[in-house]
Amino acid sequence: MSDDVLRIEDLTIALRVEGRDHPAVEGVNLTIGRGEVVGLVGESGCGKSLTALSVAGLLTAPMHVSNGRILIEGQDVARLSNRSLRSLRGDRIAMIFQEPMTALNPLMTIGDQIGEMFVLHRGLGARAARKAAIAALDRVQVPGAARRVDDYPHQLSGGMRQRVMIAIALACDPALLIADEPTTALDVTIQAEIIDLILELCREQGTAVLMISHDLGLVARICNRVAVMYAGHLIEEQAAERIFLSPHHPYTRGLVGALPRLGRRLTEGQAALTEIPGTVPAILDYGAGCRFAPRCTRVMAHCAAATPETTQLPQGGRIRCFLHD
Amino acid sequence: MALVLLRRLLQAVVTVAVVITLVFLIFSVIPGDYVSSLMAEKRSLDPAVAERIAAELHLNDPVPLRLGQYLVGILHGDLGLSFATQQPVTEMLGGRIWASFKLACAAMACAIVTGLPLGYIAAARQNRWIDGLAMVFAVSGLSVPGFWFGLLLMYVFSLQLGWLPTFGYGQGGIEHLILPALTLGIAPMALLARTTRAAVLETKTADFIRTARSKGMSEGRLVRKHLARNAFMLILTMIGLQFGSMMGGSVVIESLFAWPGVGSLLIQSVGLRDIPVVQGCILVIVLFFLIVNTLVDVAYLLIDPRIRYK
Amino acid sequence: MLKLLARPNLATGGAIVLIAILVAVFAPLIAPHDPITDANLMFAETAPDADFLMGTDEQGRDIFSRIVYGARIALTIGLLVELMNTIIGVALGVSAGYFGGWWDEFVQGLTNVMLAVPTIVFALALMAVLGPGILSLLIALGMTDWAYSCRISRAQVLTMKSRPFVQAARTMGYGPVHIMARELLPNIAGPLVVVATMGIGSAIMAEASLSFLGLGVVPPAPSWGSMLARAREQLIVAPWVAVFPGLAIFFTVLGFNLLGDGLRDLLDPQGRSKR
Repeated sequence: MSDDVLRIEDLTIALRVEGRDHPAVEGVNLTIGRGEVVGLVGESGCGKSLTALSVAGLLTAPMHVSNGRILIEGQDVARLSNRSLRSLRGDRIAMIFQEPMTALNPLMTIGDQIGEMFVLHRGLGARAARKAAIAALDRVQVPGAARRVDDYPHQLSGGMRQRVMIAIALACDPALLIADEPTTALDVTIQAEIIDLILELCREQGTAVLMISHDLGLVARICNRVAVMYAGHLIEEQAAERIFLSPHHPYTRGLVGALPRLGRRLTEGQAALTEIPGTVPAILDYGAGCRFAPRCTRVMAHCAAATPETTQLPQGGRIRCFLHD
Repeated sequence: MALVLLRRLLQAVVTVAVVITLVFLIFSVIPGDYVSSLMAEKRSLDPAVAERIAAELHLNDPVPLRLGQYLVGILHGDLGLSFATQQPVTEMLGGRIWASFKLACAAMACAIVTGLPLGYIAAARQNRWIDGLAMVFAVSGLSVPGFWFGLLLMYVFSLQLGWLPTFGYGQGGIEHLILPALTLGIAPMALLARTTRAAVLETKTADFIRTARSKGMSEGRLVRKHLARNAFMLILTMIGLQFGSMMGGSVVIESLFAWPGVGSLLIQSVGLRDIPVVQGCILVIVLFFLIVNTLVDVAYLLIDPRIRYK
Repeated sequence: MLKLLARPNLATGGAIVLIAILVAVFAPLIAPHDPITDANLMFAETAPDADFLMGTDEQGRDIFSRIVYGARIALTIGLLVELMNTIIGVALGVSAGYFGGWWDEFVQGLTNVMLAVPTIVFALALMAVLGPGILSLLIALGMTDWAYSCRISRAQVLTMKSRPFVQAARTMGYGPVHIMARELLPNIAGPLVVVATMGIGSAIMAEASLSFLGLGVVPPAPSWGSMLARAREQLIVAPWVAVFPGLAIFFTVLGFNLLGDGLRDLLDPQGRSKR
């Protein structure tokens, strides 16, 4: 058995429209080792959330996995029975979502919602589950956990709700936590707190993290490795410290260029931040050729004709671009 | 919480007062009263006698005075005397309220036990043939005239098969209740099926359902613990509205099945222009609607924490 | 045409309504007998045959012909009643939403009253005063079922009135009447059309119910409801008397309901607004 917590091989996720499949995510390969923190970056609509949902088995029609394999701790998810898949979900892989305001059941106390994890995966009774829920709330630093356990979601602030979500996700010490933009909907002042909490708890219990974000700066700061997606393709993957220093793909360069950086001096006439012109194509408009070509500053004649293959970079990492063939 | 309820009660009282006044005015201001309808019926009625009857019934008193007296009477539980029979209206209504209530409950039960599952199945199999069939069934249920549906049921189950009595109240047994209840329940059933389908579809795509699924629970537990209660929140209002309007909505069905309820009394009295009785019936109908909907509000207070803690 | 097939509600509903309208317009050409004067006791309660497609009633009148002419009554009353209700509802709802304040409170209170009393009960009370007849029906039904259009237009106006185009009209110095009629009304028309379409169905149903009770259209005029009034007594000997007029009501109301559903799907494909 490999030591990889997650192994995605040649994953294709398709949108089914009127009986025809349109790939929304295509040929994605990604591996996450035990305890590793990996970032998945891209603009909205690039397929990063779809990839995450497919790993957790949460894709809903008309989206479905049409090709490739997802292995969790060496087990092929597609070959598992519904029952073993369910016991994997929540117990070995957990997920945190973007919207803490709507991600919790409004009619259930947060204690019940956390305790449910222990009932499902640890076979605890109601009383023991409640105790465990209080401990879990304590762990995510909710003040007065013993009192708050009987609160309903609407009584909590957004930050507190996200803490509850973290408590639910990490209740059973999963091997992999997928965090899908966990702080995007939160107040700026508490974003760092929540990120730090996630990282700290995961480090403690050796949980690997797949951090999904549109914020390259955040991801590069906290992750070991960063993968960049564009229009359903994984276009570059490098160690986090390198991607800032030497982004290879023109798109990644664009992302890095669009980041504000401390200490960067502005010279007269130079724009403070560069931006990437144009917008991401829609799934149904994906054609042949590199999907970034229409927006690329270094586009070449054959870019529009064929899709580049993924190649290894000499210093480690992978890239999908003709410039590096 | 108590404040919300108090406000609702106050609204209800105002509504009742307005309805009573409105109905009273309709009957008083527009020409044509009990005595003139008597005269139209019996041509030989002596104008002097008519005048005396009108005086006895206080029909010549000024409208505001009569309205005032009527409202004061209601506060004492007195709805006046029937013009036609000189019986107290409260007495005439007494037994009929029970009959109508029984019918409304039975009809609502029919509507719930068929409408909810139908709507749920349709939502679970969205856009499949069974969904289409259920929704065709529902829109048909909304479009079928109740009294005609009742006639068909009567023809099949009473006249052809002979299983059930055609009409009447009998000794109050269940066999007399079945056909009117089915007839009265068909429209609310259809409406409930549609509401349930919409509610389940809306809840199914909610974020917290995705969260629940990510926890790794069985579909059964997901439906029981997370979907059903949240979807029911969206349906309860509709149940209340349907049940509340049943006391009045049953007038046609009651008269078709000769059911001795408030509705058939209303129709009889309308024919006779027996205004105190008409007003009594409408009062009962409105009160029932308001009581049911207040109870629904209370139910929301009890089961929805979002309202409970406000 | 293909697009219509993809919307079965709209297509079926539209087709039924169209047929009903055509039948009403061309009634004299379609009906083989006169609906009122062709009474012949010799043929009383004849079962359906080649001459009397749907049989005859207790006076020997052709039920098919009466149903064909009945479409005129049903549609006329349905359309006029719903027109009245819509005008009342929209006038109250739009002005309540636009002006707010005590007028809004008053309108909402009135709406609550109308909702607390089932339409049929209110209409019954009015019919009792006005006496039976088509004019009374129009008044009784046309003034009692406006609560939905009122609520919807009020809600729509509330979301609409802070939009830039309304503000712009105000700064240009237009008065409230102009803004309500010219700026707001066209923008809330969609949902109102849906409500009104279904409202025609309910109006036809209400007319049939009142006529069935003997408090609506006066016989011998061929109203579908009054044709059913004496059907219960003849159910054993002449079930066709009960069956066909009811089918006519059912399909016509179904047509308007389907059309309303279809229009709503057309205006709001995601199904966000529900009634």
